[in-house]
Amino acid sequence: MNRQTADHATLADKFNEDEPRVDWHDQTLWWVRAKRDKMAWSIPEWEQLRETASAIKLNALGNLHDYLVQFEQQAIQNGAIVHWAADAEEHNQIVTGILKKHGVHHLVKSKSMLTEECHLNPHLMANGIEVIDTDLGERIVQLAKEPPSHIVLPCIHKKKEEIGELFHEHLGTPAGNADPQFLTAAARQHLRKEFLQAKAAITGVNFAVAETGEMVVCTNEGNADMGAHLADVHIACMGIEKIIPQRKHLGVFLRLLARSATGQPITTYSSHFRQPRPGQELHIVLVDNGRSRQLGREDFRNSLKCIRCGACMNTCPVYRRSGGHSYHTAVAGPIGAILAPNLDMKDYADLPFASTLCGSCSNVCPVKIDIHQQLYKWRQVLVKEGYTTAAKTAGMKAMSGVLSTPAVYRTAGKMGRWVMRAFPGMVNNRLNPWYKQREMPAPPKQSFSQWYEKNKKS
Amino acid sequence: MSSRDQILAAVKQHQPEASVLPSLEGLSGNMPGTLEAYRKVLEGLGGSLFEIKDESEIPALLAEHYPHLQRIIRVGDEQRAWINEDPHLLEDVDMAVVPGQWGVAENGAIWLTEAEIPVRVLPFICQHLAIVLPAGRLLPTMHEAYEKIGAPQTGFGVFIAGPSKTADIEQSLVLGAHGAKSLVVFITAG
Amino acid sequence: MKVGLFIPCYIDQFYPQVGIATLQLLQKLGCEVEFPQGQTCCGQPMANSGYEHLTHQCNSLFIKNFADYDYIVGPSGSCVLHIKDHLHDPAAETAATHIRERIYELTEFLTDVLKVEKLTARFPCKVGLHQSCHGQRGLALAQMSELVAAPFSKPEQLLRMVEGVELVPLDRQDECCGFGGTFCVTEEAVSVKMGKDRVADHVKHGAEVITGTDVSCLMHMEGILRRQHAGVKVMHIAEILNQNIHEQANS
Repeated sequence: MNRQTADHATLADKFNEDEPRVDWHDQTLWWVRAKRDKMAWSIPEWEQLRETASAIKLNALGNLHDYLVQFEQQAIQNGAIVHWAADAEEHNQIVTGILKKHGVHHLVKSKSMLTEECHLNPHLMANGIEVIDTDLGERIVQLAKEPPSHIVLPCIHKKKEEIGELFHEHLGTPAGNADPQFLTAAARQHLRKEFLQAKAAITGVNFAVAETGEMVVCTNEGNADMGAHLADVHIACMGIEKIIPQRKHLGVFLRLLARSATGQPITTYSSHFRQPRPGQELHIVLVDNGRSRQLGREDFRNSLKCIRCGACMNTCPVYRRSGGHSYHTAVAGPIGAILAPNLDMKDYADLPFASTLCGSCSNVCPVKIDIHQQLYKWRQVLVKEGYTTAAKTAGMKAMSGVLSTPAVYRTAGKMGRWVMRAFPGMVNNRLNPWYKQREMPAPPKQSFSQWYEKNKKS
Repeated sequence: MSSRDQILAAVKQHQPEASVLPSLEGLSGNMPGTLEAYRKVLEGLGGSLFEIKDESEIPALLAEHYPHLQRIIRVGDEQRAWINEDPHLLEDVDMAVVPGQWGVAENGAIWLTEAEIPVRVLPFICQHLAIVLPAGRLLPTMHEAYEKIGAPQTGFGVFIAGPSKTADIEQSLVLGAHGAKSLVVFITAG
Repeated sequence: MKVGLFIPCYIDQFYPQVGIATLQLLQKLGCEVEFPQGQTCCGQPMANSGYEHLTHQCNSLFIKNFADYDYIVGPSGSCVLHIKDHLHDPAAETAATHIRERIYELTEFLTDVLKVEKLTARFPCKVGLHQSCHGQRGLALAQMSELVAAPFSKPEQLLRMVEGVELVPLDRQDECCGFGGTFCVTEEAVSVKMGKDRVADHVKHGAEVITGTDVSCLMHMEGILRRQHAGVKVMHIAEILNQNIHEQANS
């Protein structure tokens, strides 16, 4: 990846060239945040629920080895075939292998951010296998040849007119029709054909229960079920951190997930897959891809509690005004910024800095991940590992020198203010990024320290 | 070393000290489990609800509210040939009437399993869905639901809360995505 | 009770009037206040940029200046939070701990330690209160909208003691203004957009003055307001609370 053009600040700058569009994106996502608030306030025990979910996930992380073994045992007893993938490449090979074995060249897939993370679709295509994403939002970005910009609302960045155009081009809907009802009905027809033909279906997994070996998939559209219940082969792909200990814990997570994600009490369907249908093959692919490494990072392991609700994205003032694509990674926003550096520090060194550390994210997170504290800690790690510039380090060393020596600090301050007063053009110009859209603060004749020196007797 | 061994070894090495599981006591608070509470949420999700004394009232209500239904399947009917047919052949089902096990007032959801729907795709592939649930089977929250549901008895189960929907196009809510376009719940006495 | 006055570097250099108002206010409320002249900066700009390892000398200097006070008070939520979270010195850990336990942002010092219940201050203006993030979510100066919890606000509590202040409502209670330290220049586009939106919320509701606990936020919003020729002023809350009842308010 070309770091120069692909970093968050550059992409966010581009995103902000269209201010009305930024307003639209920001207001749409703020509205989703507001819906979450309304739902949260309808449950007096909301904060207790968050604390409980966080504690369950902590227990899961502390016993992950045994829970994984237990899950596998149960799943195999239930008739599923369990695969283990150390990384994204292996995951893609396993999935491709299963499909090739069954002679599948065309299949359906419901939402799985894990498969996005592993870049499964292009791998399948390169192997002559066409995959149709059946979540409406994902189908839209698939037709637009773009990645999803939000883990729950994949095409939140697209206007209905743009979607109308896409459907006109690919589904033959009338030109100029941008009515969501009409377009959804057209997608229903188009994808229904796909469901009825598909011999194989890939789904994600929202929660995998160690106690029972079952997997829960949550959708509003019913697309995961339409795929899995008609296909001869169901492949469920999951990150190893999706394990929860017991069936009853699903009550906690299902009460939190949709309320946090979209401000609904629950998704329309919460499907519990335990055994394959008679005559069907159920494959479960357990994926590591850096998760065991993150598990070992004491400061960052709590990021593995994530249930992929997207609430952090909806509340993040930076995400709302820069869009998911500015993060150039499958999972964007605040949670993405603490997960991605673990995958590749070089490619994602910019993400933890795409934040003001306001802390809103940590406080909407249903599993209480300390996201903003982890963002701060990642900054220290990245600088220490050298993912910064020589210029920045030199500047910081200079600043540290000035600020550690009171006399130098006072002189520098005095001089700086004098220059600003005498030669305002030196700072009030295009080279000063502050000055692009803001006035500089007016430089006073004396600092507080100088005033105090003169006046402290009084 | 297989990937399985590799992953499990890495996990064992890196996992933090085990912590205690929290209690789920008190999480339901005072959430109501009444029919009124359930109805309010279900209707907010775009579903509709009828109180009936007996299942024999269903055909008349369907005829009144869904006048153009061609193929109706009622789980429990004598003609059960469809159970052993290719599930793809259910694609022209206009209305499926299925029993539910438990209803959850806080979110309008109803739990049903393979015991209620002999063919898994049935409540998803039909154009419209009706679920029959005794009033006494309404519970306040998911916690009570999982308590009652207990351990899995079948290979598949699902909570269904309203008709299928999407808001993917500019957050405009549309009822009827890939699953049923509408949901009607018949609450029977008992 | 000896109070050490902690004046953040950018207030010292660019907004001395905030330091003066803080000092006068504390003195009015009966505190013996001293400003240790050897102070410079808490180190936050470097730490937040990933250079926490370069702040050791700043830490030592801070401890040297403030170790002997009963309380340390500063008109800045983010700087005080930074000290509370990050002040350590293996050579002086006892002193560091003492400071971390005794350092307060100005408004919480007034409400929690001095337990101020009334102020003889007057400021007949429409005021928009900006809840700076670090103070709000980090120091619990006010309840955050994300939580299902009882509302409270220490800065608001104090503003309501000022005669004539009319607090304006806002559409978004506590959204970040976008300053964020070096973020304000490294992510200039988003920073400014956030600031513009914040300011627009206040202006829409008729604020004549925007106030808050952090000059960093106010400086950023002021820069935008002045570029827009909006006529809306910014003032640190110390300046409002310090408005003598017989003085003319800034117009």
